[in-house]
Amino acid sequence: MTIFSPRSLAEALQVIHEHPTARLLAGGTDTMVEINFRHFEPTDIISLRYVTELQAFADQGHNFRVGAAIPYKEFENGSYAHVSRALSEAARTVGSPQIRAAGTIGGNLGTCSPAGDTLPVLSALDAQVELASVNGVRTLSIHDFMLGVKRNARAANEIISAIHIPNIDGYQGYAKVGVRNAMVISIASACLVHDPKNKRVALALGAVGPTIIRCRDSEVWLGENADLSTSAPLSPEVLEEFARRVSSEARPITDHRSTAEYRTHAVGVLAQRLLKRAMQ
Amino acid sequence: MSTSSEIYSLRINGKEQHVKDSWIGESLLYVLRERLGFMGAKGACEQGECGSCTVLINNDAVCSCLVMAASAIDTDITTVEGLSTQENPTDIQQAFVTEGAVQCGFCTPGLIVAVHHLLESNPSPSEIEVKEALSGNICRCTGYGRIFSAVQLVISQREKSVS
Repeated sequence: MTIFSPRSLAEALQVIHEHPTARLLAGGTDTMVEINFRHFEPTDIISLRYVTELQAFADQGHNFRVGAAIPYKEFENGSYAHVSRALSEAARTVGSPQIRAAGTIGGNLGTCSPAGDTLPVLSALDAQVELASVNGVRTLSIHDFMLGVKRNARAANEIISAIHIPNIDGYQGYAKVGVRNAMVISIASACLVHDPKNKRVALALGAVGPTIIRCRDSEVWLGENADLSTSAPLSPEVLEEFARRVSSEARPITDHRSTAEYRTHAVGVLAQRLLKRAMQ
Repeated sequence: MSTSSEIYSLRINGKEQHVKDSWIGESLLYVLRERLGFMGAKGACEQGECGSCTVLINNDAVCSCLVMAASAIDTDITTVEGLSTQENPTDIQQAFVTEGAVQCGFCTPGLIVAVHHLLESNPSPSEIEVKEALSGNICRCTGYGRIFSAVQLVISQREKSVS
């Protein structure tokens, strides 16, 4: 049982190469709950606190390269709030200020819960996940990275090093249903991105399937039935049909947080609400 | 690179504290209370929901129950004990007493740290900013009204003393 505190990405990659079963520890807001409740017995831990490369940020024009260990608070109202409005909104809904000061965007991807708040945003924006290992760096589409309930495509010797977030002009919004306004895990969530230049709307749903769901069919239908090159208001019929189609793309279950029926209904309402905000 | 399994040291309220015979998965909250005798931070939910274990790490207010203690080497940890002495409470602590914001008192140390952190970064927060900043601290006694009054009292006292 050892905790490693590497001081650079190269060191961290060497450690995980030699200890591929070690748990990577970023903000700790997921792992420590597992440990405190004895759901997880740590053996080797690699703390990423001092890997400064994982805190790096770069505006690359068409996209932003965001270090994986940047905490939520920086996207909410800190240094990187300008990256994506939907990401700020999603970051604001994560836990409490204390959680947002510790938890990281890379940790959200690493845990890969279907209720992870930033994940619908990364899906709707078609973000890319950068994975580093001693063998080099590879970049995966977010859609290929998220595999299922708390399952992702990170190999045992890899570290999520950064996320590439496209810089898109146009409305972006995130909406979430929970039992109260603070400190709540999502019952259902949605992120909508309007890209007038490319005449399209992207919509991703959280907490209504084994992983984040992109509503491709609804997106295509909307593109055929609405002028997405502008943000002129849409008719109530189009909004309602969009909501109905989005609901039918959800694959929710009933669990201790809510029922499948309610979640199906809720994502339709959220999608319609976000679309209305985009087109006004 | 540092590796540690059994002995490490933490910088708490400016002083190095050695932690011996520990288990790797111990939270900072556990180490503070059970190994080092800092009883200010309280343990309740152990999942970051209640805020009663709030401490400062490098000037961020975080839940100490969600920090792996051994990962917090080389950080500056401030607990409620580090904000004042028993004889000289801070103006925030005094305002909590004056306004009756302490009832059972269990949530108070976490709230004091959270209010301290808020006012360090934003000396004149709006009402909504105060509520937002304290949204991670749960109090089951006061209904929050007296806590918000205490924060307002500190804000107005500090504004007066500046002008």
